[in-house]
Amino acid sequence: MAELTARAPAFAPSDLLRLLPPLQRRILRGRAAALDAAGTAMGVDLPQRGRAAAANGCTALWLGPDEYLLLAPEAANPWPALQAALAGLPHACVDVSQRHAAFEVAGEHAAAALNTGCPLDLDLDLEAFPEGQCTRTVFGKAGIILWRTAADRFHVEVWRSFASYVTQLLALAAGEV
Amino acid sequence: MRAPARTQGSRVARGRPIRFTFDGRVLFGIEGDTLASALLANDVHLVARSFKYHRPRGILSAGSEEPSALVTVRRDAAHHTPNLCATTVELYDGLQAHSQNRWPSLTFDTGAVAALVGPFIPAGFYYKTFKWPRGAWKALYEPYIRAAAGLGRAPQLPDPDSYAQRFAHCEVLVVGAGAAGIAAAVAAARAGARVILCDEQAAAGGFLLTEADAAHGERIDGAPAGAWLERQLAVLAALPRVRVLTRTTAFGWYPHNLLGLCERLTDHLGMPQPGQPRERLWQVRAKEVVLATGAIERPLVFPGNDRPGIMLAAAARTYLNRHAVLPGRKVAVVTACDDAYRAALELAAAGVKVSVIADIRSHSEGALPRLARAAGLPVRTGVTVVGTAGRLRVSAITLTPLDAGGGAPGAATERFDCDLVLMSGGFTPNVSLFSQARGKLKWDETINAFVPGATLERLRPAGACRGLFTLAAAVADGSAAGDEAAREAQLPHDGAMREVAAAATDAAMAGQPGALARPPAARGKAFVDWQNDVTTFDLALATREGFRSVEHVKRYTTTGMATDQGKTSNLNALGVVAAVLGEPLAQVGLTTFRPPYTPVTFGTLAGRARGELLDPVRTTPIHGWAREHDAVFEDVGQWKRARYFPRLAEDMHAAVARECKAVRNGCGLFDASTLGKIDVSGPDAATFLERMYVNAWSNLAVGRCRYGILLRDDGFIFDDGVVARLAPDRFHVTTTTGGAARVLALMEDYLQTEWPQLDVWLTSTTEQWAVIAVQGPYARRVLEGVVEDIDLKATALPHMAVATGRIGGVPLMLMRVSFTGELGFELNVPADFGQAVWELIAAAGAIHGITAYGTETMHVLRAEKGYIIVGQDTDGTVTADDAGLSWAIGKAKSDFLGKSALQRPALREPGRRQLVGLATLDPRVVLPEGAQIMATAGLPPPTRPLGFVSSAYHSATLGRSIALGLVAGGRARLGTTLFVPTPQGEVPVQVTAPVFYDAKGERLNG
Repeated sequence: MAELTARAPAFAPSDLLRLLPPLQRRILRGRAAALDAAGTAMGVDLPQRGRAAAANGCTALWLGPDEYLLLAPEAANPWPALQAALAGLPHACVDVSQRHAAFEVAGEHAAAALNTGCPLDLDLDLEAFPEGQCTRTVFGKAGIILWRTAADRFHVEVWRSFASYVTQLLALAAGEV
Repeated sequence: MRAPARTQGSRVARGRPIRFTFDGRVLFGIEGDTLASALLANDVHLVARSFKYHRPRGILSAGSEEPSALVTVRRDAAHHTPNLCATTVELYDGLQAHSQNRWPSLTFDTGAVAALVGPFIPAGFYYKTFKWPRGAWKALYEPYIRAAAGLGRAPQLPDPDSYAQRFAHCEVLVVGAGAAGIAAAVAAARAGARVILCDEQAAAGGFLLTEADAAHGERIDGAPAGAWLERQLAVLAALPRVRVLTRTTAFGWYPHNLLGLCERLTDHLGMPQPGQPRERLWQVRAKEVVLATGAIERPLVFPGNDRPGIMLAAAARTYLNRHAVLPGRKVAVVTACDDAYRAALELAAAGVKVSVIADIRSHSEGALPRLARAAGLPVRTGVTVVGTAGRLRVSAITLTPLDAGGGAPGAATERFDCDLVLMSGGFTPNVSLFSQARGKLKWDETINAFVPGATLERLRPAGACRGLFTLAAAVADGSAAGDEAAREAQLPHDGAMREVAAAATDAAMAGQPGALARPPAARGKAFVDWQNDVTTFDLALATREGFRSVEHVKRYTTTGMATDQGKTSNLNALGVVAAVLGEPLAQVGLTTFRPPYTPVTFGTLAGRARGELLDPVRTTPIHGWAREHDAVFEDVGQWKRARYFPRLAEDMHAAVARECKAVRNGCGLFDASTLGKIDVSGPDAATFLERMYVNAWSNLAVGRCRYGILLRDDGFIFDDGVVARLAPDRFHVTTTTGGAARVLALMEDYLQTEWPQLDVWLTSTTEQWAVIAVQGPYARRVLEGVVEDIDLKATALPHMAVATGRIGGVPLMLMRVSFTGELGFELNVPADFGQAVWELIAAAGAIHGITAYGTETMHVLRAEKGYIIVGQDTDGTVTADDAGLSWAIGKAKSDFLGKSALQRPALREPGRRQLVGLATLDPRVVLPEGAQIMATAGLPPPTRPLGFVSSAYHSATLGRSIALGLVAGGRARLGTTLFVPTPQGEVPVQVTAPVFYDAKGERLNG
């Protein structure tokens, strides 16, 4: 049973905007020792401030001095190794797989479309927000996590109940930029 | 009617003709016209009636400073925009413009009677008149007097257009694309900066567009202004990282170099594309800003200076040179500076007869005056204006010499016929944005105006806005400013005050602020503020009545307070006040400029935040099921929650009664997904919760839950919710729906600032879980068939226990909790599976009559049990003891958030408002929530209430109304009768305990 329901936000996919497949997500928080151990276990060099790093199909996004968002495809299972590495080290590792919806904003106008609701400087030339950069920010009145995966491609994570709002605004932006 | 007033042979005159209407009359303009230039080309000068006196008014200027020619432009009933400047409205095919503030017509306006009673509507008229008698407000003031003063009519329909918004960043933002601005943008871009150049006009160029084809135009680098402009625009177009935004007004300056820009996208189009946004708000964060906002010509203040056909000299040059329009056939020029001679020379060259050039200065020996004399134009110096003539258009002007007895009665006067009067009182640097940026202004004696003095912001004024009035000087200044700005943008901000060096040198442009000398023979009003109809008399009266601060004079007379913000009037008003006070103008000071520079539509500010997108609409994973089952939703913060599920023709009362009975007698199903949830993990989790909540947590066993209360540091209830201990180092904390974000923020705040040494971390899991409450005596029976791996028996899973297992194959965290007073469970499942699990339970419960219920039923059920809702039964001044919850406070705890505040005597007084039940003596009456509660009957207001009703419902289970309320010393009043005044009369109520149903709480343990 239990087909996926209620996940798809109300918008039509377009050249600009595309829903991403389901992902497994963990919020990892802890002191340096725990974070280092987690990085080693996952084979990811845990990135520094404002950066994302990927290895073995998993991605770690830096969200704060003691906080990472870990992403893994549905098929992967890096968690037992992670738990084992963290044993005895103070930390929090919380399953938030279904807390978020994720979509991709891509194409020549991706940055402009995001700038209809996001106040960040996304200029690639100036390396204001280069490839591999990630941050918590806002889009309109919703909080999002924004990650630039390529020059003209962004991965956007948003709490599921805000997904409809954010994607509707982006769909309007697609018709305007 | 005379032939169209268009000069022949110019580029413009060969443009495409455009048909438009003004007050229904069909007229033709030419592509590139503004409404004002097209009206003038049709010899239409009378375009408006004034705000207060309904005087006939014409077109004063050629730009956004226009205070006179305000019109309504209309496509249909919804696309209807009042109070637009005819000088900025771009002409398109089919444009319909209407004059305003007149009845029945512009040429015959009954409101003009106001001019006759003018002496009785002086400055401060509203303040003096609209005081008494009270009855006159509705009978006279509102319907007649206020209605007579006015602007255009607001549209009656919702705005049908859409509006876009964009954030942008740049190193150098240049405001104004005139000579200085273009030079600045080129220099900054060549130095490698990202540049945004914006200008309010349809095309870049500013005053260069006026000079481009001018017979006596200024030259730059030896070339005509037009050639320079074309070359520089080509340079800009070739530079990377330059964005030129035309039709874009920088209307507001906000902290840290954030500027609001309004880009008009469709107002100039006859047929906008469907769905195309009308305007776009740009929020630009600029490292450095170059203000190249130019200067605005000042009118001269003399009797009868407001007739149609009287306009600013530079405006006439714009109409002539840029639009090939002759604004008149016979012109009189009144001036206080040399620049107006240029207008006279160019008009003369175009065939206009120059009746007189009246120079109020005693001498005029500059290059332009010499040219004018050489051309044989009649020049009078040392004169002042006695008055003008002409009802709907100026027909003559009368002068008198100032130095030959002009002040004496019977002095010689000279009358000149004309159909156009041009005036120039000099130029006022446009310092509006500089002032918005908290820049300090300083008085410049060379040009008789305020110029930028010093600023803490990262900005540079350049060109005419700091008193450099020649094109060559503006270009050099702009170029230097752009180059410096680009370099400075690379450096961190030093925060130092920036002094703006004095720049103005051209005394020939000094002009005259204030009113012209008024000869005894003068008759009529001399207007200072065209838009608000403020005259020299008004300003003098206000000053005589004791208003000495210019800020007070402004508010009392309303000078400079119209939508034009006094762009043409402020300095003249100051001059008049300074003269009356006998103080130097510099000392009187200038009023503050505020955003917006020119009016901005609400649509632009709102952007997409309208209708469905006003605010995020959050829905739960079970929303789809609720919608399919005809739920009526209510807004709880940003959430849509099912309020009740009416069947067939049920109203809310019937549906809620049915749902309540189903829960009490069988089983109910409730979507509690919106509850806030926080994972608190780490070895110090219990320690942290001990410090936050009033309750004890260390003694809470793993697998058990406890109701927790969170106070603010002032001791009042902040939030509440059930907390489950999942492991020694892990708690699942729930909060109220509305409190989710603020509780997490409060916890994170304390953790980071007070107790950073604690090894505990917080993660919001609100949206990870869908939460389904199954409540009622049959709840266990329903769940037994579907829940896997959990023993549901009361011995294994007692009230306030938590366990994990599976349901329908998906992970389940099951809490045995109840907000209804019945046997109850809350199932937490991963959000994606919420609706599927809900449907599974609904199917399994069908034979037990399981019934979906909404928030309204939940409210009734919990009120029957006296369970509070934070924010409804508390209001930020309620302690745990006030709410009857002191049992929850861990007595042995040394500290918790708010504990010290609870020691304050005021929070321990027995007379504090306490939560009690209220039973109406008539069981059918449901009290209004919020109603006051009185100790005795029949007291007329004002009296001091004992408290108020916080919750009130009809209870179908009890067959009567119930209510909760906060009553002073309430627990000592049990059994007494109090009184609740309502619009239907006073309702007697008996004070009871707050628990109306199952007082012993036995049903929980079913």
